Amino acid sequence: MTTTQQDITEQLQAGRPTGPLVRGFEVIIGFETHAQLSTASKIFSRASTAFGAEPNTQACAVDLALPGTLPVMNKGAVERAIKLGLALGSTIAPRSVFARKNYFYPDLPKGYQISQFEIPVVQGGSVSFFVGDEARTVRLVRAHLEEDAGKSLHEDFVGQSGIDLNRAGTPLLEIVTEPDMRSTAEAVAYARELHKIVTWIGICDGNMQEGSFRCDANVSVRRPGAKLGTRREIKNLNSFKFMQQAIDYEIRWQIEEIEDGRAIQQATVLFDPDTGETRAMRTKEDAADYRYFPDPDLPPLAIAAEWIERVRAQMPELPRAMAERYASEHGLSAYDAAQLTQSPALAHYFQSAVAAGANAKLASNWITGEIARRLNQQDIAITEAPVGAAQLAALIARIGDGTVSNNAARQVFDALWTGEGRDVDALIKAKGLKQMSDSGALEKIVDGVLATNQKNIDEYRAGKDRAFNALVGQVMKASQGKANPAQVNALLKSKLG
Amino acid sequence: MSTGPVSTHSEMTAPIHEMGVAALAGALRGGRLSAVEAARHQLDRMRQHQALGAFVAVDEDLTLAQARAADARIAAGDAAPLAGVPIAHKDIFVTAGLPTSAGSRILAGYRSPFDATVVRRLAEAGAVTLGKLSCDEFAMGSANENVAVPALGFDHAVPARNPWQTDRIPGGSSGGSAVAVAARLAAAATGTDTGGSIRQPASFCGVTGIKPTYGRASRYGMVAFASSLDQAGPMARSAEDCALLLSAMCGPDPDRDSTSLDRPAEDFSLRLADSLEGLRIGVPREFLGDGVAPGVRAAVEAALSEYEKLGARRVEITLPLTQLSIPVYYILAAAEASSNLSRFDGVKFGHRASNYADPSSRKSALEQMYESTREEGFGDEVKRRIMIGTYVLSHGYYDAYYLQAQKVRRMIANDFQQAFKHCDLIAGPAAPTVAWKLGAHGDDPVADYLADIFTLPASLAGLPGMSVPAGFDDGMPVGLQLIGDYCAEARLLNAAHRFQEATDWHLRKPAGF
Repeated sequence: MTTTQQDITEQLQAGRPTGPLVRGFEVIIGFETHAQLSTASKIFSRASTAFGAEPNTQACAVDLALPGTLPVMNKGAVERAIKLGLALGSTIAPRSVFARKNYFYPDLPKGYQISQFEIPVVQGGSVSFFVGDEARTVRLVRAHLEEDAGKSLHEDFVGQSGIDLNRAGTPLLEIVTEPDMRSTAEAVAYARELHKIVTWIGICDGNMQEGSFRCDANVSVRRPGAKLGTRREIKNLNSFKFMQQAIDYEIRWQIEEIEDGRAIQQATVLFDPDTGETRAMRTKEDAADYRYFPDPDLPPLAIAAEWIERVRAQMPELPRAMAERYASEHGLSAYDAAQLTQSPALAHYFQSAVAAGANAKLASNWITGEIARRLNQQDIAITEAPVGAAQLAALIARIGDGTVSNNAARQVFDALWTGEGRDVDALIKAKGLKQMSDSGALEKIVDGVLATNQKNIDEYRAGKDRAFNALVGQVMKASQGKANPAQVNALLKSKLG
Repeated sequence: MSTGPVSTHSEMTAPIHEMGVAALAGALRGGRLSAVEAARHQLDRMRQHQALGAFVAVDEDLTLAQARAADARIAAGDAAPLAGVPIAHKDIFVTAGLPTSAGSRILAGYRSPFDATVVRRLAEAGAVTLGKLSCDEFAMGSANENVAVPALGFDHAVPARNPWQTDRIPGGSSGGSAVAVAARLAAAATGTDTGGSIRQPASFCGVTGIKPTYGRASRYGMVAFASSLDQAGPMARSAEDCALLLSAMCGPDPDRDSTSLDRPAEDFSLRLADSLEGLRIGVPREFLGDGVAPGVRAAVEAALSEYEKLGARRVEITLPLTQLSIPVYYILAAAEASSNLSRFDGVKFGHRASNYADPSSRKSALEQMYESTREEGFGDEVKRRIMIGTYVLSHGYYDAYYLQAQKVRRMIANDFQQAFKHCDLIAGPAAPTVAWKLGAHGDDPVADYLADIFTLPASLAGLPGMSVPAGFDDGMPVGLQLIGDYCAEARLLNAAHRFQEATDWHLRKPAGF
């Protein structure tokens, strides 16, 4: 008996933990992601890859497939594939083969796409990430190099279509996973992690609006323990929000079909953000025979071990390694460390604050809390944050040495953020936020509060903790927030015996 | 005689069109002949013999401008090796100055924005372009009968004619190139060889032609037929002339052709005169079997005897898979062609059908445009090979045909390496017969395919091969094929040159030319 691809997939999926069931169904998701590589020129020609130029101004003779033209490999694209392989723990094939995928379409100038088929450049590997605070690992099948097609413009002409070949020949890395994901949340988390990695190692600009990072999701459902269901592929998901909506819709749709007694047909579907629905483009019956064969214009791609080592030496510290280091060096939780390593800029911000003397744990809390909230609210990047890492470090230092309370620090931070001032100490002074360090003055306030709150004292003595907190609050209020809460606690406790 | 303004040539004995590349280059450099004079003479001669159907595109102004530039460089003492030598290019090379059709209606009138690397290199070496030469459509043919564009002086497509007997085919696909050289319409011509398209027409027209090792000459700017086999080479009236041209044509082209060999350009003239003493010439027994015409076999045997007189030793060898080279080639070449020709879709360049939209059809307007364009644009042989190629690459057939053919191809290459343990060169006929009559193969394409049997093995192995005039059968030229190991072009040309010093077959010319 011959082993089919289906059998292999079944074996690979056997024993993997299931995810949250949806109406009694297990959800199975695999991804194919096209990451546009950040080379200045195209994968097989010297034309520019810059986005947004006038139609057909960035297509040279090779991109137009003029008679007599031939492809020449862009080494920069190969180097980026090697980087991805190193980042994901994959095997970098010492010899991989370019193949022609033959089909007719007006924006495919040669009548075939140069891709990799039987022997891709990146084989195996995995992506690890958190879904909430749960660690997950998705296995990769492969990543292969290929060229993008041009664009067909159907809206701009009446009764005709326009062809723009600027994008033709843009280098892509198609990254394919095993169907290892078990929920929409896991799928989106995988896509976010992969996006983080490709931008982190600098092989892709990650711009989803411009199509630099496009995902296709293969979705199927089954009763737990049953054979894998028939999958439908949702094409070209170019935002995490649409990805979430599309997969959720698709899961519901498939379950309803099955519950209504209809079998799922293998199909390629598109997500319409306006209706929130997926709809079939083509079914398996229309599937083309691409007649793949090795491209005789390109010798096999040979990657010597020395080349891999040269690339390895240029690799930045990867987010996972960095997060593990943060956790062990600074005692941060795995979750916080993962949050701090969402982007190189964020990690750099954290490291700069620590380098400027900030307590790492406090810096982490500020960055993942207050700062993340404000960045989100204003939809800006960490590089655009009005409060620099050195300012944050200075503020944290003033909390640490007892100069300001946490509450007061928040006021200082707000002033820094809104541009009211730039110097932490000057702001503390101007706003009169310095904590009381004179224990005599504090004792007077405590005595005053105790003298006027006999009811709370009685309740506290009767065992009500809440009454104690009320007393602390009164003292803080009377001190206009300048009292050191720890000192207040200690003083109150000693006075109340 | 010359119509040039400076009649310096009149003191010389041989007419300009009788001079080969080496003689012309010498006369031009020595100031005994001007490039303009040579070009004018050849252009006149081309018009005079346009009934042969050799040329498909000329531009006299362009040719004369190139000739004047060559004269200026010679006068300035800056003469490149081929300065002023008039040659012509097979119409499979794209040229910026002249249209390129590849013999096909689908490219009729196409103008390339750039020159093929081979064309550019020859221009840099000083050669003057007389025009473009007829060939089988997309180089698919063995008779030059699959031409779909009009020849010069015709308003319809015509096959080129063999000057030895004009009711015979010149061979193909570089038929126009062979005719131009044999009829003295050009001192030399470029050709391309995928399965024998230089060697077979050279053999049929009594000229010398060499296909170098695959990858020696850049394929950039050659309209692709079968990418893993296509290779450019010169056709001329002697091995010495071929060496001059080949030296200019070859060299690495890593920025344009990834399959171009990383070997420096070489002067193939340096070893022409080396002794053949002790040279082991392998004769594959499969090359002299029953399928070979007796007159052809006799001429090849005589040539082998001549080599023995020159000090070479004959060694019997075997290339057991020779027969299989025909199916292997016609699977692999067709597979690659079916994909290479997909770009001719009416979208970007070349022919697009004008009336294709039938509203009653259930096909989309786009599908109808593709179908009508390709139906009108391609000839029968091209369509046949696209269909064969599409079939052998199809799901379910790929392993049985394409993959199996690739395996046998490797075995054929290995057999040659075995053979080269016992010999330095391999010799045999270039073709089983001499040129046949126009139309003789009628509607039987397989008859044409079978005639390629002796040139296909070296093509599949990527080895250099050449054809050298070696006698006549029934008044038609017979070519001796020489096959060398990888990058042994200098040795091949040396063996051919020494043979031509000892014989005069290459000096014979067709009556009336």
